[in-house]
Amino acid sequence: MPEDKEGTFEEEFQIIKDSLEELCRETKSLSVLLIDKAGQLITSAGNVSSLDIPSFATLSAADFAATSNLADLIGEHDFSTLFHQGARKSIYVSLIADKVILAVIFTKETTLGLVRIKVKKTAEKLANMFDRIFQTLESEYSGAVDDEFISEAETELDSLFE
Amino acid sequence: MALINYSSKEINCKIVYYGPGLGGKTTNIKHIYSKVNPENRGKLMSLDTELDRTLFFDFLPVDLGTVKGFSVHFHLYTVPGQVYYNASRKLILKGVDGLIFVADSQIERFEDNIDSIENLDDNLAEYHKKAEEIPLAIQYNKRDLPNIVSLNELEDALNPRGVFSCEGVATEGIGVFEPLKEVSKKVLRKLR
Repeated sequence: MPEDKEGTFEEEFQIIKDSLEELCRETKSLSVLLIDKAGQLITSAGNVSSLDIPSFATLSAADFAATSNLADLIGEHDFSTLFHQGARKSIYVSLIADKVILAVIFTKETTLGLVRIKVKKTAEKLANMFDRIFQTLESEYSGAVDDEFISEAETELDSLFE
Repeated sequence: MALINYSSKEINCKIVYYGPGLGGKTTNIKHIYSKVNPENRGKLMSLDTELDRTLFFDFLPVDLGTVKGFSVHFHLYTVPGQVYYNASRKLILKGVDGLIFVADSQIERFEDNIDSIENLDDNLAEYHKKAEEIPLAIQYNKRDLPNIVSLNELEDALNPRGVFSCEGVATEGIGVFEPLKEVSKKVLRKLR
């Protein structure tokens, strides 16, 4: 893969990760997850050790996609945030730059109001960066891996799916 | 497109099982779940109705392990096949990297297969994608049943592109891994 590409992303991902950690700390949330619209985790902050991350990411994306379609049915462009309230834990989900999903899991240690304000601040801060990252990803999609990678991956695939 | 996360050194690929209702998509994914080493797979999640029909999707994460420093994950999804669940089907196709079409070989389901593959093209077009740009393989399922359409007829109707296809009996695990392997390899090659 091109060196400069990796370098660029390293820097931007660090800023994203720092922002998520700051959000998690300031809102006293359990964890913060950043997920793409296809349901894949981009990165996370806070304590996610007890969480089934692939399932959480997939369901959050599906939840958001389903809700967007519900919005469409009643003539709304989008519902930009979702809130699921539980007896002990709650989830606040919000869309950044129309491209990535930010999910915050929190307890009664904090309030929905605080989470909402801080998420908005983080979203504003990161929106431009995501626009840039996704543009770069789309334009430099090919050439991400080399022949050696493909050959090793194919050998692994053959043994995994025997 | 496959998501490459350079920071955490991960590659995530989304593979979707498509096809008419009750064709065996969930059976395929359940067989994969039962055969893949538990260390290489996550939980099988099913969002289905009380009648066991897939309502939203089934989801199974499979890890290929680490290849040249990148950990490679395949996320397998099924869509609900029933005609009236098209809204859910469209959502699952978002960000799809590879497709496996599970056709039902029974004579009385012949038309349903054609409707479903046409529906796939329509739904992909909504994301400005063409089916031929996405790696695809076809499994002709239920070959163990007596009242089935011949392979030639199925090929003519469903496989004008001449993509990889095979016969399958998903309930016995026959022809399950071949199309998955084929599509997974093509998805990875597209990253080159």
